[in-house]
Amino acid sequence: MTTVDQLGLPGPRAAGCPFDPPLAYQRPSARLSLWDGSPCWLLTGYQQVRAVLTDRRFSADARHPTFPFLAPGRREAVGEKPSFLRLDDPEHARLRKMMTTDFLIKRVDAMRPAIQRIVDDTLDAMIADGSPADLVSAYAFPVPSLVICDLLGVPYADHAFFQEQGRRLLDTAQPAEVFQDAIDRLTGYLTEIAAAKDGEPDGIIAKLVARGDLTADEVAANGLLLLLAGHETTANMTSLSTLALLRHPAQADRLRADPSLINGAVEELLRYLTIVHAGVPRVALEDVDLGDGVVVGAGEGVLCMLSTANRDQDLFGAGDELDIERDARRHLAFGFGVHQCLGQPLARAELQIALATLLRRLPTLHLAVPFEELSYRTEALIYGLRELPVAW
Amino acid sequence: MTVDQDRCCSSGQCVLTAPTVFDQSEEDGLVVLLQDRPDASLAPQLRTAAALCPGGAISLAEVAR
Ligand code: SF4
Repeated sequence: MTTVDQLGLPGPRAAGCPFDPPLAYQRPSARLSLWDGSPCWLLTGYQQVRAVLTDRRFSADARHPTFPFLAPGRREAVGEKPSFLRLDDPEHARLRKMMTTDFLIKRVDAMRPAIQRIVDDTLDAMIADGSPADLVSAYAFPVPSLVICDLLGVPYADHAFFQEQGRRLLDTAQPAEVFQDAIDRLTGYLTEIAAAKDGEPDGIIAKLVARGDLTADEVAANGLLLLLAGHETTANMTSLSTLALLRHPAQADRLRADPSLINGAVEELLRYLTIVHAGVPRVALEDVDLGDGVVVGAGEGVLCMLSTANRDQDLFGAGDELDIERDARRHLAFGFGVHQCLGQPLARAELQIALATLLRRLPTLHLAVPFEELSYRTEALIYGLRELPVAW
Repeated sequence: MTVDQDRCCSSGQCVLTAPTVFDQSEEDGLVVLLQDRPDASLAPQLRTAAALCPGGAISLAEVAR
């Protein structure tokens, strides 16, 4: 159990199936070394992953000297004020609580008609441009981007800029300078927006500014987290889910015949696809015995592999199969513990509406290129498709 | 049923699972218990809610009736 070899992260996927986690992760938890040679545990089982994410002996604070980073340049870029995603309580809770009411179930439910309108308008535009189309750029990205821009108070007109920079930021294959440049540009952009919002209570960024107790850097760091998380995740889930349904036509038909299955189907797609595929990083604050021969030493990093945890055969029988009618609610696609995704009610609403509307309005939707020609963002922290050419 | 608001991280999993028992506060997003002795018929839902709660904020005790 103490074999140490180099860990490719995120790893390459097996030829032929873009949905399964990389083969390198389909193994018992093990101690490996990261790109910089630092020791790190790869945790792959459901129970271990869930245990670590709820255990305060594991820190999410990216300022910790041995916090595991997946690519060069990221440690330097964290600075003194990470977003709440990379902090522990009480700092994490203080920042997170400023935004929780924006993502309440009731608030999000009240947004559903507006989301449906965005979905319909976006689909109208895609259909008007004619078949074939690239579903990624014509549908999967615009929908969540329009929603999160509105919620944050960021002009959607700038989407080409922040989507491009966001892509550079999440790409582990980019050199440190590119990463730093993307973070500088996005932080500068959001700082300008925040400054312009002073006294103008419109959107989450304005609300954070109006509190008066956050520095400009804090507003920018947390605004950036919501902006990226708000569209990279849902957009990639939308296109990858569409592909998964096109590859499982019987299940797509089942969903068309009974639209009430959509909520369960979205949970199953979240489980099956697990787009946060590079693992959730933590660092041990003391020695922790996780059982099964896994003893994480104080200061060692761990990567919680949500993708393999969500295929755990003990919890999800035939976990490698997509079955939209199974009860997948225990999946860890949104993480677990106090850091579990803040935006999950919004993500669910967007996915439910976007996928159900797409299936209903385009019953003849199909791939416009051979499946083998599709290409995937394996090197990104959030997995997805580069393009999804479809016809109808 | 008890909930520990200090451990709640406002994920809303409980509200989705058992909407007649849980709500979220409009002020701070924290879990609110609508009834602390829900009917036994809700037990499966409540167990699911407790298992899904990422903060471990929900505890169930079964009471003989
Ligand atoms: S599931 Fe737990 S953390 Fe989420 S809102 Fe309910 S009590 Fe809070």
